[in-house]
Order: sequence, then C-alpha cells, then structure tokens
Amino acid sequence: MKIFIPTPLRQYAAGKDTVDVGASTVAGALDELTQAHPDLRKHLFTGEGKVRAFVNVYLNDEDVRYLPEKDATKVSATDTLSIIPSIAGGACRKDNGVFCT
Amino acid sequence: MATTITPAALPELTTDDLQRYSRHLILPEVGEEGQRRLKAARVLCVGTGGLGSPLALYLAAAGVGTLGLVDFDVVDLSNLQRQIIHATSDVGRKKLDSAEEKLKALNPALNVVKHEIMLSSANALDILKDYDVIADGTDNFPTRYLVNDACVLLGKPNAYASIFRFEGQASVFAVKDGPCYRCLYPEPPPPGLVPSCAEGGVLGILPGLLGVIQATETIKLILGKGEPLAGRLLLVDALNMRFRELKLRKNPECPVCGEHRTVTKLIDYDQFCGIAPAAKQAAFEKNGVPQLSVKELKHRMDAGEDLFILDVREPFEYKIANIGGKLIPQGEVPARLGEIDRNREIIVQCKSGNRSQRIAEFLKQAGYPRVVNLAGGILAWADEIDPKVAKY
Repeated sequence: MKIFIPTPLRQYAAGKDTVDVGASTVAGALDELTQAHPDLRKHLFTGEGKVRAFVNVYLNDEDVRYLPEKDATKVSATDTLSIIPSIAGGACRKDNGVFCT
Repeated sequence: MATTITPAALPELTTDDLQRYSRHLILPEVGEEGQRRLKAARVLCVGTGGLGSPLALYLAAAGVGTLGLVDFDVVDLSNLQRQIIHATSDVGRKKLDSAEEKLKALNPALNVVKHEIMLSSANALDILKDYDVIADGTDNFPTRYLVNDACVLLGKPNAYASIFRFEGQASVFAVKDGPCYRCLYPEPPPPGLVPSCAEGGVLGILPGLLGVIQATETIKLILGKGEPLAGRLLLVDALNMRFRELKLRKNPECPVCGEHRTVTKLIDYDQFCGIAPAAKQAAFEKNGVPQLSVKELKHRMDAGEDLFILDVREPFEYKIANIGGKLIPQGEVPARLGEIDRNREIIVQCKSGNRSQRIAEFLKQAGYPRVVNLAGGILAWADEIDPKVAKY
C-alpha cells in the first residue's frame, strides 16, 4: 500500500512523497515506514510509541483515531495512508522567525 | 449572521450595486437576496499577507459590506512574490493602509475597519464579536488556536486555510455541530519543528489558490448556499496539482467544542504552544545558550581574535551575503560534527538568529562546552555593522 509523506517530513524519507509498504495493519505499515526511514520515527511517534498529537494519520479518507480498531485496522494493497501534520503558514511576517505563511 | 437576517431587513441595493453585481444577480444561487446578504455581512480577515491578499480582494469584489482587517506588519520587498494586494511603492508602508487603499479602489462602497493590533487573549473576543465570519490568514500556531477558540466561544464560523511550501489545507471550523481546529489537531507541534517560510520557502501562487478557496467558503457561508467544507479537510498539492479530501470528525472529547468542555475562556496560547515569553528570559541567554551581539562580534574581529563562525544557512544564501563563516547547512551539521572543533568557542550564525539558536542548542546537547548564538544573524550585521552586506 502507499503511504503519502507530507512536505515537512519528506526530508526524513529520502525526499520521497510516497513510500510503498507491504504491511497488513495501519500500525504495521507505520512500523515498516519508520524501519525504512528511521529519522521519521521521532517526528511521528513519542518516546512511548504513540503517534504525536499534531500529526494525523488517515486510512484513505478516515482519521485512524476514529476507526473502531484504530491502528490495528487491517489494510489492503489498494488502501492509502496519509500523514497530515499541522501547518500554520498564511501571512509570513518577516520577523516571525519560527513559523511562516 | 447575514443568513439569519430576514429578507426585509437586508440593506437595499443601489443602482451602482445592480450594475456592479449584475453577474451575481443573474445566478440563481445569489440573486438579489443573496447580494443583499453579502452587503449586510461583516467578515474579519485576520492577516493581510499571503492568504489575506486574495481573500480580501475577492470579498471586496463580491460585495461584502464590511471587511475588518487585522495586521500590525509593514510591507517588505520579499512579500511581493505572493502578497499581491501590496505594490512595490508600498514597501515600508503599513500593510493595513496599503490593503485598505487597494480594496477601496476596487470597491469604494466597501466599509473597511482596520485593527492595527496583534490578536491576543486580551482583545480577541472583543474584536471578533462584531463580525459574522472570521477568515484566518495568520502565520503561527498560537494565533491559529486563539482564533479557533474565540470562534467556538462566540459561535462564529472560521474559514480556515494554511500553507507550507507548495501544499495547503482548507476547511471550515466552528459551525454548529461541526468540528473545530482542535478536533483536528488537539496539540500544536513544538516550536521550531516545522520550518518557517523564510527557511523552507513558499511557492508564490500557493496562498493565492488557498486564499480564494477561503473567500469562496466565506461567501457560501454568508449566502447559505452550496456545501461548505465543514467536516472536510481539503488538501492541495500544487506541485502535483492534486486535490484530496479527508473526513474531519467532531471530537466528542474536544476540550473547546466537545460535550464536556473544559476550555471556557481564552488561554495563554504562547504557553500552550511551548513558546517561552521573551521577557522572562535574560536577553544575553536563550535556553542556556549565550547570545552574542553583532557589535560585540565586530569588536572581537577588530581586536584580531581568531574566531570560528559556523554559518548554518543554505549555499544560495551564502552566495547572496556572508561574513566569512564556515558554511555547514543546518541539515548537515549532525553528520559533519567532525569539522566543528570541540575545543574552540563556536559562534553559530544564520540569517536572523533562529536557525543558529537551534543548532547552538543542538551542539550544546552534543557536549560542546563553548557555544554562542549570533543574535539577529546576518540581518543584524547588515543593519548595525555593515550596510554593504546584502539583506534578503
């Protein structure tokens, strides 16, 4: 199945915008992704192995948080996972050093 | 909200209006009543930059009666790659004044209300309460959360869009029974994790694309027509020109809009986003890293000291201007620690002092005993020491 990598995280996935994995559950897919690209791990997961609160994972168009089996949900080859981090850009003040829009 | 005013109470259209908006009047989804609703409507544009530019212009063109503008910034040359409401002759001018002038040139009947302030917990409820729809075009997480919470508390819909490089998101938050921003993102990312536009860049057209989507949603909310993006997250990938839609659910446990709300008033959003208040930190130290001023650096250079300046910008920036530092772009620093002598004092430098601060903190954590950050970066050097050094 395909995992869509968002722009802010592509630098940790060798610049790729999609990664193919062969896992059978959502959790398995994310695990395979971070095995292949270890730098992604700390951006996606907390130290305790939970997905970070400002990152959303969608199976097709549904937020995994709201699926009955959450990240144990089974996936097929035609499903897609999307990682959607929060972005804030909109106005880009020149002296706003941290974020920009 | 304009959609709840009875038709009889809506403002009449003038002869000028009938001519100006003829293409709207012909549309069944707008018609005379819809145009009168637009005329009665009051929309607040938070930010008159990338998103705010097309947003405000199209709302003015559409005949929205009152536009509130919130901005406290000044037009900079680098804004003009995308903030098309401003012109070259406006560089140095207040964005609010520049925006007002262009909006009134487009539509003299428009009522513009300028709010030259930084939105904060102290003023947000007071300012937002007089508007029907809020369009959030800001550029930082604390304000995004502030606007969201204020909209939920006041019951005002929030036409949301945000951008990064060549991707954007759009939705409508805080409509009745709909999700809010916190349903999507309960917590902000730690400061510094998401690079700024000044560091990451942004495709100039991108806020144009998203800003007009915001304007479209605002107009639909006012007219009460079509299906707003409430409950949906529109994802735009401009590089591949792909539009995707994800379902956004209202979080029943959302602290702001859920069944058992715990946030019933505005909070300290800087604290929420992990941004330490500037006043509380000593000016000469930030997160344990001593800050070096450009004046002090110049002084030490003139005294003939053998200094190690680590420039953590990108090669194209170094080409524009540099002060002779050793260039190791920030992303390469962890892999090239061998080139940074632990036994020397390391002066870390970048464009404005932010990236260098983060790298300085990283080096400190990696055990470097003497690391300082050049406060203000090469921009401060150009301002205070050597105007011949190019600013960008």
